[in-house]
Amino acid sequence: MIMAFSLRGIHTPHRKNTVKKPTVRMDAPASVTVPMSMHIGVPATPTVKVGDLVAVGTKIGEANGKISSNVYSGVSGKVTKLTEYLTADGTSSVAVVIESDGQMTADPAVCPPAVTNREELILALRESGIVGLGGAGFPTHVKLDVDPARIEYLLINGAECEPYVTSDTVTMLTRADDMAYALGVLGRILGIKNVIIGIENNKKDAIASMKKMAETVTDCTVAVKVLPSVYPQGGEKVLIYHTTGRKVAVGKLPIDVGCVVLNCTTLAAIGTYLRTGMPLVEKCVTVDGGAVKNPQNVIVPIGTGIEDLLTFCGGLREQPAKILYGGPMMGITVPSTAHPILKNTNAVLALTKKEAKLPKATACIRCGSCTNTCPFGIAPASIAIAYEKKDTAALQALHVMSCMECGCCSFVCPANRPLVQTNRLAKQLLKEEARKEAEKA
Amino acid sequence: MSALTKITVSPHIHSGRSTAGIMRDVLIALLPATVAGIVIFGLRALLPIAVCVVCCVGFEALFNLIVKKEQTVGDLSAAVTGLLLALNLPANIPVWQCVIGSLFAIIVVKCLFGGIGNNLVNPAITARVFMLVAFESMAVAAFPTDTVASATVLSMEKAPSLLTLFFGNYGGAIGETCTAALLLGGIYLLARRVITWHIPTVFIGTVFVFSWLMEGFDAVSALSYVMAGGLFLGAIFMATDYVTSPSTSWGKVIFALGAGVITCLIRYFGVYPEGVSFAILFMNILTPYIDSWTRHKVFATGGERV
Repeated sequence: MIMAFSLRGIHTPHRKNTVKKPTVRMDAPASVTVPMSMHIGVPATPTVKVGDLVAVGTKIGEANGKISSNVYSGVSGKVTKLTEYLTADGTSSVAVVIESDGQMTADPAVCPPAVTNREELILALRESGIVGLGGAGFPTHVKLDVDPARIEYLLINGAECEPYVTSDTVTMLTRADDMAYALGVLGRILGIKNVIIGIENNKKDAIASMKKMAETVTDCTVAVKVLPSVYPQGGEKVLIYHTTGRKVAVGKLPIDVGCVVLNCTTLAAIGTYLRTGMPLVEKCVTVDGGAVKNPQNVIVPIGTGIEDLLTFCGGLREQPAKILYGGPMMGITVPSTAHPILKNTNAVLALTKKEAKLPKATACIRCGSCTNTCPFGIAPASIAIAYEKKDTAALQALHVMSCMECGCCSFVCPANRPLVQTNRLAKQLLKEEARKEAEKA
Repeated sequence: MSALTKITVSPHIHSGRSTAGIMRDVLIALLPATVAGIVIFGLRALLPIAVCVVCCVGFEALFNLIVKKEQTVGDLSAAVTGLLLALNLPANIPVWQCVIGSLFAIIVVKCLFGGIGNNLVNPAITARVFMLVAFESMAVAAFPTDTVASATVLSMEKAPSLLTLFFGNYGGAIGETCTAALLLGGIYLLARRVITWHIPTVFIGTVFVFSWLMEGFDAVSALSYVMAGGLFLGAIFMATDYVTSPSTSWGKVIFALGAGVITCLIRYFGVYPEGVSFAILFMNILTPYIDSWTRHKVFATGGERV
């Protein structure tokens, strides 16, 4: 378990302003737009039609195949539309539009699942609509559906290394009981023995809260590992290495080194579901950025429009340069404020021109900052040269597929070269190349 | 407000570091040595400094205009080249030679290879070597005849005291004699994280150890060899040039070790009394190879438990 070295990384500004402010629950929005695809895998199939009445916790989308996830309504009201929805990453799926009656009545069918063995647990998790809430959106029931004997470590990701974002911190401060409950069940049913919660050292209160929580769990050993506040500490492979010393190679999964990683908010959602039967219908979202009048953490029904959320936070003090889903290092630009809060949305940032200012790209001066800050020691500047030449052999040799796209290289580059951006293109090129090879064979 | 115009991929923030900022830091770090040079060699030292800086910036601007390239003088790298070149010249060098030297550094070594980031060798170092070969007056930097002292330490029978070497009140190029000022600049660059310790420390350390062995384990004598000549200027400011030195720590160590050994080989066994410039130039040429030998090992690419 002894690591020779810590992985490299960068010191970003923290800007965790919202952590000191109280978390508030937003009133039911007039309507919500709930996409059927908020996870990795096949989109869910809508189970409601226009005119149907739904309540908080009513299933509106059925998981479609193994890697998929159920979708539930976060408000009570009437289905008014099934619409085509274009996600921020450009794919399209169906979304259910529900007009809220403002009552937020819970579905009477919601009741805690009976979980006495592994099969029932996996089924319950599949029912819960829970997906990886750290951002990836991978269905949790699929992740945990492995031979329990292979799980040596359950790692809980509370690193939250992205600037601005504090919703995971809020989870660790306010939902420790849900987390403890979930750990108890996972320990009992799956026989998980070792749990490590990784948290960056800039979150003293969360560390204290988790240490206290750890003492209450009796079904497994829970340790809190305090990690340096170095971005990207919360990257899955980085967290696994810094907590267990194990390395996950390209194309391998954490379970291949005996680890399962769950985000702390995912764990809390599991606890809520197992205890109350309420599926994943709401999210705590950090609303921040210089353009937001009243930055704070807000609990909203999934499907709430970004515009409604921003209005709830006092509106905008200036026209933002960009609005993001997630943090500024790996977040995605929101094409329009009509877009909804998704299952895996942990933050909405409205950045001012000044905050989002990127210098003009100039010539590479070969300073080595990119390779010297890359957590995995990749050489982005060399990759950029190989990509220009479309030299796939060189790209392979430079291990571009190892890139986790954290963006450290682009952040530090004094010439502001589009380095991680080029890595993405290079990875795409290699994938296409491999596909062509496969077709030929 | 529902339609936003700007869709970009992450990351959405930047550290704020810039090429111009780095070059500005180098200029600031060279300030003590520049002032020391003017104090030691008199106001006449201002002339080559002014001429080289103006010429280097001017030639680059002109070149970009003529070949219709985007203007790059704003990144201050041409100014750094000009100042570094001047600090490598004797105070009494004729102006026309400064102009030729600047032309060679900027046009031949830098611009013709594609401008900033694309030069194979350090422009200031290469221009110094070119001038040393081409102009008799350059010998003053290597074998002085009419400056404050009568010869550089490396070609003198009896070396000045360590204190004199430290404060630089002896003959040589404008910016290379005052070890104290150069150290000050080096500390600034380290503090600003513009450079790392690897190249200066290993370069100077190698020369010290080599000289110590050659001088029969005489530390004082070895120290005077370290502080004399262009070693500090070269090791702190020229060998650390990003473009022409390796990227990784191990690469930098190998580069500096090589430069230190070559410097001493030239000093002890070559025809020239000073070898820092030649050594850096030689290692510049090897840099692409050192870079490819010393890449970081990529995480989880072999020998892992899978």
